[in-house]
Amino acid sequence: MPWRLLRFATTKKHPEPRMFTEHAELKPSYDVVIIGGGGHGLAAAYYLGRDHGITNVAVLEKGYIGGGNTGRNTTIIRSNYLTPEGVKFYDESVNLWQDLSQEFDLNLFYANRGHFTLAHTDSALRTMRWRAEVNKHYGVDSEVVGPDFVKRAAPMINLSCGHAPILGALYHAPGSIARHDAVAWGYGRGADMRGAEIHQQTEVLGIDVRGGKVCGVQTSRGYIATDKVLCAVAGFTPRILDMVDIKTPITIHPLQAMVSEPLKPWLDPILVSGSLHIYVSQSARGELVMGASLDPYELHSTRSTLDFVEGLSAHMLDMFPFLSHVKVMRQWAGMADMTPDFAPIMGKTPIEGFYLDAGWGTWGFKATPVCGKTMAHTIATDTPHPLINGFSLDRFRNYSLTGEKGAASVGH
Amino acid sequence: MRLPPVPGEWLDRSVDVSFSFEGKTYRGHAGDTISSALLAADAGILGRSFKYHRPRSVLSMANHDVNAVCQWGDRPNVRADVTRLQAGMDLAAVNTFGGLKSDKASVLGSLSRFLPVGFYYKSFHTKRLFPMWERLFRTLTGLGKVSFNTPHIRTAKRYGFCDVLVIGAGPSGLAAALAAAEQGAEVVVVDENARAGGSGGYVRGGFGPQAEQLADDPLTRVLAHPGVRLMTETYAAGYYADHWVALVGGDVLTKMRTKSVVVASGAYEQPAVFRNNDLPGIMLASAAQRLIYRYAVRPMQQAVVLTANQDGYRAALDLAAHGVEIVAVLDLRLSSTASEPELAVKARGIPVLPGHHIVEALPGANGKSVVGAIVAGRGKMRTLACDGILMSIGWAPAANLLYQAGTRMRYEQSLEQFVPDTLPPGVFACGRVNGVHTLSARRLDGQRAGSAAAAHAGFGDARVITVPAEMECPTHPWPIVAHPKGKNFVDFDEDLQLKDFENAVQEGFDNIELLKRFSTVGMGPSQGKHSNMNALRILARLTGREPQQVGTTTARPFFHPVPMSLLGGRGFSPERRTPLHARHEALGAQWMMASVWQRPEHYRLTDKDRQQCIREEAMAVRQNVGLIDVGTLGKLEVIGPQAAELLERVYISKYANLKVGMTRYAVMCDESGVVIDDGVVGRLAEDHFYFTTTTSGAATIYRELSRLNTMWRLDCGIVNHTGAFAAVNLAGPKSRALLSRLTSLDLSATAFPYLALREGVVAGIPARLMRVGFVGEWGYEIHVPANQGATLWDALMAAGKAFALRPFGVEAQRLLRLEKGHIIIGQDTDGLTNPFDVGLEWALKMDKPFFVGQRSLHVIGRQPRKQKLVGFVLDAQFNGSAPQECHLVIDCGEIAGRVTSIAWSPTLGCHIGLAFVRPELAETGTAIAIRLTDRSTVSATVARTPFYDPDNLKQKEPA
Ligand SMILES: Cc1cc2nc3c(=O)[nH]c(=O)nc-3n(C[C@H](O)[C@H](O)[C@H](O)COP(=O)(O)OP(=O)(O)OC[C@H]3O[C@@H](n4cnc5c(N)ncnc54)[C@H](O)[C@@H]3O)c2cc1C
Repeated sequence: MPWRLLRFATTKKHPEPRMFTEHAELKPSYDVVIIGGGGHGLAAAYYLGRDHGITNVAVLEKGYIGGGNTGRNTTIIRSNYLTPEGVKFYDESVNLWQDLSQEFDLNLFYANRGHFTLAHTDSALRTMRWRAEVNKHYGVDSEVVGPDFVKRAAPMINLSCGHAPILGALYHAPGSIARHDAVAWGYGRGADMRGAEIHQQTEVLGIDVRGGKVCGVQTSRGYIATDKVLCAVAGFTPRILDMVDIKTPITIHPLQAMVSEPLKPWLDPILVSGSLHIYVSQSARGELVMGASLDPYELHSTRSTLDFVEGLSAHMLDMFPFLSHVKVMRQWAGMADMTPDFAPIMGKTPIEGFYLDAGWGTWGFKATPVCGKTMAHTIATDTPHPLINGFSLDRFRNYSLTGEKGAASVGH
Repeated sequence: MRLPPVPGEWLDRSVDVSFSFEGKTYRGHAGDTISSALLAADAGILGRSFKYHRPRSVLSMANHDVNAVCQWGDRPNVRADVTRLQAGMDLAAVNTFGGLKSDKASVLGSLSRFLPVGFYYKSFHTKRLFPMWERLFRTLTGLGKVSFNTPHIRTAKRYGFCDVLVIGAGPSGLAAALAAAEQGAEVVVVDENARAGGSGGYVRGGFGPQAEQLADDPLTRVLAHPGVRLMTETYAAGYYADHWVALVGGDVLTKMRTKSVVVASGAYEQPAVFRNNDLPGIMLASAAQRLIYRYAVRPMQQAVVLTANQDGYRAALDLAAHGVEIVAVLDLRLSSTASEPELAVKARGIPVLPGHHIVEALPGANGKSVVGAIVAGRGKMRTLACDGILMSIGWAPAANLLYQAGTRMRYEQSLEQFVPDTLPPGVFACGRVNGVHTLSARRLDGQRAGSAAAAHAGFGDARVITVPAEMECPTHPWPIVAHPKGKNFVDFDEDLQLKDFENAVQEGFDNIELLKRFSTVGMGPSQGKHSNMNALRILARLTGREPQQVGTTTARPFFHPVPMSLLGGRGFSPERRTPLHARHEALGAQWMMASVWQRPEHYRLTDKDRQQCIREEAMAVRQNVGLIDVGTLGKLEVIGPQAAELLERVYISKYANLKVGMTRYAVMCDESGVVIDDGVVGRLAEDHFYFTTTTSGAATIYRELSRLNTMWRLDCGIVNHTGAFAAVNLAGPKSRALLSRLTSLDLSATAFPYLALREGVVAGIPARLMRVGFVGEWGYEIHVPANQGATLWDALMAAGKAFALRPFGVEAQRLLRLEKGHIIIGQDTDGLTNPFDVGLEWALKMDKPFFVGQRSLHVIGRQPRKQKLVGFVLDAQFNGSAPQECHLVIDCGEIAGRVTSIAWSPTLGCHIGLAFVRPELAETGTAIAIRLTDRSTVSATVARTPFYDPDNLKQKEPA
C-alpha cells in the first residue's frame, strides 16, 4: 500500500482541503470569462494560469463541472487520426495525458490498454492502412495487423462476427481510457489553485458585443465585464453562437452509450468496429463501457432510446456471443456538436475577443489537454496556436476542410 | 428457519428443489428464491460486500440485494433475493477470494481507515506503478465472471399495445387497473413479482384489521375482468418517448406502446444508518415480511424493530405472529401516535421505546451475525440482545420511470418524501410513489389515477375521487446516527459510510451530482434505490439546505439491469444476396462483403492461386468474353414530367438533352462539392429514366433523392428497384456474338451504338440492355426481373461455352477498370474529393442553372488545386514487393499524396495504379516515390490514363 494513504489513518480529521474554492459572489469583471465548465473550459483556465500567468479568470458553468459531455463520454484516448493536422494535434494531447495524473497529483486512471479499429471490409482495411501510414509519418505508433494479432490480444473474440468477418485491424498501442470526472476535477483544482474562479450553477444568458468587440457577458447571476470570452460548451454551442450571431455548420446529434454490471476483468484492449457500429472497453470498475455511432437525426436533447440499446446489444453479441447473460445497467446520452468534416472548430472568430472551442462531436475528450493548452495560448496572445491552424472557422468559407471522417465517425 | 405453512405462501411444498451453494448441497421448495431457500436452511451468510468484503445477507428481498449476488454456472451477477430456485443450480457467491466463508479480501475491511472516499484518486498514480495497481484494482472490482463458452442466445421480442399500462400490481395498481378497465380501456398490469398483490400480500400486521381488509382484495376482481391482462415476473425496465415502455419478463423483451401509463411502482423501504447496520440479520422490515408471507421463512428468533411509522409496528406484529420474540420496538419519534398497530403491539406486551435509536449493532464473535444492539434514548444507553434487527424508518418513492418520463418531483415536507409535482401528459402516478401510504387511501388513489388514465386514452371521464391526506408522516427525515468508529453504511452496493459523505463534501463535492460521481453513491448495480435518499439527506444537512434545494440525480434506464440477449433479440445484421447467389456458390465463388452484399471476389480453381484466378478472369474478358453479376448496383427509376429536372438538379452533368434510348455517366456531389456517388442514367422515354448508383450508395441515394424530391415538390416519382432487378455485365470482344444467339435485337453498332439503352427480350426474358464500357471492352449490362436472373445467367453461361465465356468477380473487374483508368467512388475518392481532383471536369456542367454542390464548386473551381488523381506505372522490371493501396507518396520528406488503386496488369505487363499527388507532381513522366509499410520506397512514373485502349477503339465497330 502506498505510504500516502497512511495520513488518512493517522489524522483525526480528514486531511483533504476543498478541491475548489467557493466564491459567493461574481466579481464585476474578469480578464477572461470561460463559458462552460467541462474539461475543455477548465483546462483552458488551468493553462491560462500555468503557462501565461493569467489568473483573473472565471469559468461559468450552468450546471456542475464535468456534467456535460465530459461526464458522459466513453473516454477513448488515441491519436491515430487521418489528417496531418489531426495526427499532430492529438499526438500532442496524448503526450500531455501521459503526465497529467502526476502533474495534478490526482489519479486519473489513465490506463493504457491498446486500441483496435477492426476492419470487416477491404475498403475499411484500406482506410486503416492510410491512417497507419500517416500516423507513422508523424511518429505515432500505429499499424495494420491481421486477424491473428487481434485474436491474440482478445482471444475470446468471435472473428466471424455474425457474417462480417474481421479481416484485420488498425492497432494503436497508445490507445487509453481514463476516469472522465477526475479529469474535470483535476483541471478544476489546478485552475482554482492558480487563482481562477469556478462558478457553478451560473448560466450565461447573453454576450455583450459592441462595435464587433466583446465587452461582457450577462449571466443568471448578473453582468460581468470582460473583453475576452472563450466559448467551450460542446452540445450547447449553437445556443451561445446565436447570441453573437456567428454562423457555423455545427449540428447537434444525440450520442448515446451504456454500461454493463461490473464483471471480473476479461477485456484489456479497447475495441472498435465501424461495420458493427460498436466500441467497447472495460473500466477499472469492471463495467463494460459501450457505445455506437451517432443518432441519425438532429436533436437538442439527452433522451435515451430503446432502439439504441437493442441495436448495440445485438452487435455486441455478434462480436462477443458469450455476453448473452451479461446485463446492461444504465444508458444515457450526450449532445454531440458535429462538424461536416469531423474536425473541430477552434480559434478566433469574426468578433474580437470571442474565442471558440467547439465542434468536438464524439471525439473531444481525448483532446481536453491539448485544447486547454492551445486555446490558452490563443487567448493569451490573440494569435491561434500553430497546432490549431487546420481547425479555424474560416475553413468552411474557404473550402479547405480537414477531413477526419475516415478516422472519427464511430471510433470517437 | 422454515415456518409451518403460512396462508398465501408462494411455495409448493410438494416439490423439493435441490441445489448447491458454495459447494454445499441444500434443499428448498418450488417457489423459493435462492435467498429464501438458503435462509430457510440457515445456511449462513449470502455474500460479501464490494469494497471491504464484509459478510452480508438479506436486505430487501426485493431485487436490491446487491450483496447477495451469485455466479450460477456461466451466468454472472444473479440476484439471490429474487431469482427463483431451480433444481440443480450450482451457485457461488461472486467476488470472493477463497470462498465466501473465509474470503481473504476481508482484510480490506481492517484497512478501511487507509481507504477513505475516493482514496484511489489520491495515490497509485506514479507512472511506473500505475499499471500494476490498475491490474490489482481490476482484479478486486467486478462482480461475476463471464464464461467464454456461453452461446449466443437469440430471443424473440414482442410488440405490445394497450390503452392503459399499469406498472405495479400492488393495492393502488390493482385499483387503477380495475378502474381503467371498468371505463372500457384495455389494460395491462405488470409486476416484477411472481404474484400480484404487492405489499397487500405481506404487510398484514399479524392477523389484524389489515388482514380483514384484504378479504375483498381487488386482485380477484382484476383477474376476473376481461379487459385486464396481468403480466407477473415482468418489470418495466425503461420509459421512452411517447409511452413506449420496455417490459422485461420471462425470456422476452416486450415493447409496449400504450396510450397512458399509470406508475404504481410503490416505494423502496429505506435503511437506517448506524454502526454495523450491514450485519447479517439486519434487514428492512418489509424484507422480513416478505420472507414470512411469501416463503414461510422465519428470519430471526429475537428481533429489535427500529421504526418511525406504523409500518414498523405492523411488521412487529407480523413477526410476533410467527414466533419471533420482539425484544423491543424503538421508535425514532419522540412521542406515540397511538396508531392502531402501535396499540396492538403494546397490547401484546411488547416494549415500545419512543425517542430511541440504535447507536450500534453488535457483531457475533465471527462477525457474521448480529447478537445485540446498543440503543440510546431519553439520555440513556443500553444493550439489547437480539439476532435480528428490522429497519422500518421510511420510504423513498420508486420514481425511476416517472423521472424518465420527465416528471418534475417536489419534496413534500409533511411526508418527508419526493412526490410527483408535474406529470407529463398521459403519465399518472398513484400509491406510495405518489405519497399515499395508508392502504385504504392507496386504493382510492389507484381508482383516481386509473380513471384519469382511461379518460386520457379516450375511455370515459376522469372520476373525481378525493384521496384523504396521510394522518402521520411515514418517513423519518433523519434516520442517521453518526459513530466515531464508522461502519455506518449509507450505500451497501459501494460500501460507503457516513464519514465518506462528510469527507467528500469537505473536499468540495457538495452538489448531489458531484457527490455521486466522487463517492460513487448510487452507481452500483442497485443504482441507489436504498442509498440515494439518505445521501441526499446527508448532503442537505451538511450544506444547510432543504432536500428540495439539493434535488435528486437523474434516473436513467434501466430500472433493473437487463440481459443483453433480451435487448439484442434475434439480432438483425442484414446481409443481402443477389438472385444469382447459388450460381456463384456452385462455381466456387470466394465471397466478399460489399457494403451489405455478398459478392464473388473471384472464382476459385483447384490448381490455381488467387492471383492466377483473377488474372485469368481478366484475360478472358480482354480476349474472349466474361460475365459478372452487377445486381448489387442501386437501380432507380424516376418517372414524371419533371423527371429530367430532378436529375439535372442532383447530378453534375446534363440530362435534359439526353436522347431517349441513350445513357450518360452520372456523378453526384454533396453541397460542399464532394463527389459522393456515380452511376449511369438511361432515358427510356421523355419522362422516364432508369439509372444506377454505387452498391454502397443505393439506400442513401434513394433516401436523399426522395427527400429532395419532396422538398422541391417536383412532378415526378422515384422507385427503388434495387432488389427487384437482377443485372449482369457481359463484356469482351465476343460479347456481341454471344448475345446475338439469345436475342433478336439488332446488335449492330448503328442500331445499338456505344452508350445506347435498349429494351428487348434476351433468352426469352424481357430485359433492359445498356452498352457501357466500365471494363473497357465491348459489352452489355443486362437488367432483368430478379426472379428471372438465374434463367438469364444459365442461358448466357450455356451459350457462352462456345466463346470460352468465364464468369469474373469483383477483383478482376477492379483490375480491368483500372487498366481503363476508371475510378471507383470511395476508393479513388475520399470524403473531401471534388470533381476537379479526379479529372471529372468533362462531366461538370457549371452552366446549368442549379445542381447540388454547384455553388461550392464555383468557389473551389477558382482556387488552386491541392491534389490531383494521376495514373502511374512501375518499371516493367520491378520485382520487389509492390506498394499497396493507401501507401503514401513522399516528396522531400513530406506526405505528397497516396496510392488509391494498384494492380499488376497482365495486359500491360507491369504494375499500374492511381494516386493522389500534389499538382506539381502530376505531370506525365514525373518520378514519384511511394513509401511502403517497411519504410522502403518504390519509385514510380506518372502516366497517362487510360492505360489500356486510350482511344476507345474497343467500342468501335472493327474496321
Ligand atoms: C456518449 C458520448 C461518448 C463520447 N465518447 C468519447 C470518447 O470515447 N473519446 C473522446 O475523445 N470523446 C468522446 N466524446 C466526446 C466528448 O465527450 C466531448 O467532445 C468533450 O467532452 C467535450 O468537452 P467540453 O468540455 O468541450 O464540453 P462539455 O463537457 O459538454 O462541457 C460544456 C459545459 O458547458 C456548459 N454550458 C452550456 N451552456 C452554458 C451556458 N449558457 N452557460 C454556462 N455553461 C454552459 C454545460 O453545462 C457543460 O457542462 C463522447 C461524447 C458522448 C456524448
